[in-house]
This record gives sequence, C-alpha cells and structure tokens, in this order.
Amino acid sequence: MNTEALAATANSPRYAGRRRRNTIAKVLALAATIFGLGWLVLILGILVYKGIGGLSLSVFTEMTPPPGSAGGLLNAIAGSLIMTVLAVLIGTPIGILAGTYLAEYGRHDRLSSVVRFINDILLSAPSIVIGLFIYEIMVAPMGHFSGWAGAVALAVIVIPVVVRTTEDMLTLVPDTLREAAASIGLPRAHMIFSIAYRAAKAGIVTGVLLAVARISGETAPLLFTALNNQFWSVNMNAPMPSLPVVIFQFALSPYEEWQKLAWTGALLITVTVLALSIVARSLTSARKSS
Amino acid sequence: MSEVVLNGASVSAAEAASRSTVLRRLRLTDLIFHGLTRTAALLVLALLSGVIIALVIGAAPAMGTFGFSFLFDQSWNPVTEKFGALAPIYGTLVTSAIAMLIAVPVGLMVAFFLTELCPMVLRRPIGIAIELLAGIPSIIYGIWGLFVFAPFLQRYIQPFLIDAFSGVPILSTLFEGPPYGIGMLTAGLILAIMVLPFVTSISRDVFEAVPPVLKEAAYGVGCTTWEVFRYVVLPFTRVGVIGGFMLGLGRALGETMAVTFVIGNAHHVSASLFAPGTTISASIANEFTEAVGDLYTSSLIALGLILFFITFCVLAMARYMLMRIQKRVG
Repeated sequence: MNTEALAATANSPRYAGRRRRNTIAKVLALAATIFGLGWLVLILGILVYKGIGGLSLSVFTEMTPPPGSAGGLLNAIAGSLIMTVLAVLIGTPIGILAGTYLAEYGRHDRLSSVVRFINDILLSAPSIVIGLFIYEIMVAPMGHFSGWAGAVALAVIVIPVVVRTTEDMLTLVPDTLREAAASIGLPRAHMIFSIAYRAAKAGIVTGVLLAVARISGETAPLLFTALNNQFWSVNMNAPMPSLPVVIFQFALSPYEEWQKLAWTGALLITVTVLALSIVARSLTSARKSS
Repeated sequence: MSEVVLNGASVSAAEAASRSTVLRRLRLTDLIFHGLTRTAALLVLALLSGVIIALVIGAAPAMGTFGFSFLFDQSWNPVTEKFGALAPIYGTLVTSAIAMLIAVPVGLMVAFFLTELCPMVLRRPIGIAIELLAGIPSIIYGIWGLFVFAPFLQRYIQPFLIDAFSGVPILSTLFEGPPYGIGMLTAGLILAIMVLPFVTSISRDVFEAVPPVLKEAAYGVGCTTWEVFRYVVLPFTRVGVIGGFMLGLGRALGETMAVTFVIGNAHHVSASLFAPGTTISASIANEFTEAVGDLYTSSLIALGLILFFITFCVLAMARYMLMRIQKRVG
C-alpha cells in the first residue's frame, strides 16, 4: 500500500470534515445521554430527599389526617393493597387464558391477529379513558363510587400486560416439547398445563409482577371509580382510599403536613415499583441463563 | 371408537370401554379449555368495543346538544352549560408537540450512544436504568414538576426567555406574559422527560436489530461511526423508529397525572406557551368528580372519546409500523 497516498487522504479537507462531523455527533450523543439520565437521577434524588424526612412508623400506623395535623397513610396503603390484589385476581386468569389462546390454540388464525392488535392498543390506551369506561358501566348504574369499581378499572389495565407477556413467554417454549407431548397422545390442554406452563412459569410470573408494578402507581383510573376516603374502610361497596389518589389530593393542597405526606407516599410508590420491576427482571434473566 | 388395539393384540371389551371413557374425558377437558381460552381472547376484543360503546353513549347528550361545533368552540362554562373542546384539544396537541420536539432528538442520540459508542460494560446497566425509569408512575413526575420544576422555571428560565425574545416577532408571542411557573411549556417539558425513556428504549431495540453485516460492510468501505448510523442504521430502521415515536406520542397525548399538576387548568386558547392551559386528560381528572348536571359530565366524557379516538389512530399507526419492521428483520 502506498503510504504517501494514505497520508494524503487522511489529511484531505474532505476527510477532515467527515472526521469533524463524526466527533461532533459523538459528543452530542454523549451529551444527550448525560442530559437524559441527569434529569432522571435528579428526579429520583429529590424524591428521596423530600420523602425520606417524613418516613416514620406513624406513616404505616395512622390514618390520613385532617388538614393541619399530623398523621399517616395507613388507610391509603391498605386501600391500594386491597384493590391491587383484587385487580390481579380478576385480571390475571383472563390475561393468561387469552395469552394461551394466542400462543397455543390460535397462533396463526385471524382472530388471534386481531386480538393481538387490539391488545397492543389497550396496552397503551390512556388510563383515564379506562376510568371513564368503568364509571359508565359500574359507578353510574350503581349510583355510587366503590372499591369494586376501582379494582375492576385496575384489572382492565392488568389484562393486556398479562396477555402480552404470557403469549411472548409461551412462544419461547420450543415446539419440540409440544411435538413430543403430542406424539405420546397427550391432548393439547394437558400438554399446555403440564409442559408449556411449566416451561414458561418464570416468564408468566414476570408478566404478573410487571402488571402489579404498572397498576400500583396508576392514579387516573381511580379518580372517579374508587374516589377517595379519609377514613379506614375495607368496604368494597364504598369509596376507597388509595395511595396515588391521596398523593394527588395532598400534593395540590395548601397544607404543609399534607404535602409532606404526599412526598413520602410518592417515595413509597416509587420504591415499590422499582423493587417489583427489578425482581421481575431478575426472574427472567435467571431463566435465560440457566 | 369401539375397539382399542394395542401392540397388535386386541384387549378385552371392559378394558376398551374404560380406555374410551378416559379418552373421552381427555377430549372433553381439551374442548372446555379451548373454549375458555377462546372466550378470554374474545373478552379482550369485547373490552375495547365496550370502551368505545360506553364512551359514545356517555358522550351522546353533549354531542347531540353541541354537534360538531363542540370541536371548535373554546367556551367552557358550567354555569350557562356551554361547553367546547377546542382549548383542551389545543393544549393536548401543543404539550405533546413540545414533548416530542425535545424527546425525539435526545432519545435518538441516547440510543445512538447506547448501541454504537457506549463501552460494553456500561451498556447493560444504562439500558436497564432507562427501562426502569420508563416504569416510574407518572404521578411522581407530576409532584416533582409542581414542587421543584415549576418554581425553578418561574424563577430562572421564564424571566430569561421573556427578556431574551421580547423584541423578536413570533417568539415574543410564544414567550409572553407573566412567569407563572405552571403552564403549557412546563407541562410539555415534563412530558418530554417522561417520554424520553420510551423513545430511547424502543429506538435502541430497533437499532440493535440491524444485521451486523450491514454495519460491518459500511465500516469496511471506510465510513465513520456517525456515517454508519446516519446512512445505514437509520434508513434501515426508519419505519421502526417512527413507530417508536408514535408510541411515545400516544403516551404523551394520553398522559394525565404528570400534566394535571402543572398545566393550570384554564380553558382558553393562548398563543403564549407560558399561559396556563388545559389538556383533555387534565380537564377530565380535575373536573369529572365535581361536574354537576348531565351535560357537564357528558361533555367531559365526549372529551374522553376524542382523546381515545386520537390515541387510537396514533397507536394503531405505531403498531402497524413496528409490525412491518419486525417482519423485515425476522
């Protein structure tokens, strides 16, 4: 190779310009990354800073206070837990069954491709619209806000998440396993229960955990389904408090104690959501590496 | 099945009968399970149609009273029961536009960094961090925006912008009026921060799907890293990247809590980005429980229907585009 020619190319203004553009782009990319991650670090940092001060035992043992006095978030935490558990109990079986249909029975039929498409739309539909839907079909006919309406609204958000992950995880199960089961004469339902579900167990659990993470911070669908309640209430037919709605109400209030509790509640939710997503993630990555 | 043949030898009638009952039971459970899963799949369809039907029925009184002028009227007066959706629609579109204007270029550059430049050791941690951040509930962004970001903007950024652009023709209208802190710009910026992780993680996934051979060939003929990204990776993934943006846009349009805290909830259309405004989701969140009278409630549900229609179109387009890129890659 002619080294002189190479050196000439390396020094040509055209090549210098290309190199300069390359450097500028790289610097911009680095700057964008620092900028993007910086905001997010800042948000989490301030959340911990503002929330940790209010974190004490009374948060978990006392009810939400009237304006101007101290208190805790016990009833809101309990309400959130109850509605989340119920939403998962309602939404998960439906989601797993529908996901099973998409992956096992109707992998290639028309119904499945339509359901897949609709499910993806539901997955990112605005949650406030889900709230309006449940208001129309449950709150308005029943004449009052209720914990049930809140739980069903959350269940509607759980279903698409579980459908999606169940289908994805079942599709990952090798077809040779299914064929082996079919060759010894096992009907499909039995194959699904004793082989496909077992092989995809960790993935399906991940989906459910992700769904829980998703609904534990949802505020919009609860605003006019479960409403809120300042007192201890486990009556599913009455308005029920929840952590996100209490945060919404307290943060917008002019009272300092309420605002402080809102920050603490926000910290609690964020820690829960992050913990759930990390556990979910480690479940699938453990499965992949094994 | 009257006779079961095993290993070429026929078995007794009693054994055959018990076998066929077992077989029948197996087939029955399979049928039932098949039916159950199919019902669940149909239920997903029913959910979406249910949402549409419920919203249309709920919105009917308002639509019947105001007709199409509902879309172009900016009055919002609960006392005289005169409602129009122009201000919320305008606010939704403007805040989402601000969000996408910022989140798209930044997100693309972050994805470029993550797939082409970032040292291997850091790729996984940063990728995971971004995905975790995408999962943070929007109310957290809202409370942060209200107590931290809005005061900061009010004290430092907005006065600066007002001074800087006071003589410039168009920009002075955009950055006009007293610095409240809350308003359309603040809401748009918070949406941008929220949408950024979505845009980034989808673009990264799409970029990673580019066959290495293509990139290697480009490097082989002497392209720089930026040229490989600009002329090979981006054109190859264009459809998927646009799909990812649409998905982000769908998020931004329908986002409620992050916006409700900082938008100011004022039902008027203002050219200034500093002015308080409202979005569809913020109006519903703020007013729905306080709405008295059927027409008021119905107008809010009509707003919800409009929002659902807009996001449905955007999301359907996004999914279609992402589906196309998936087909092409694998």
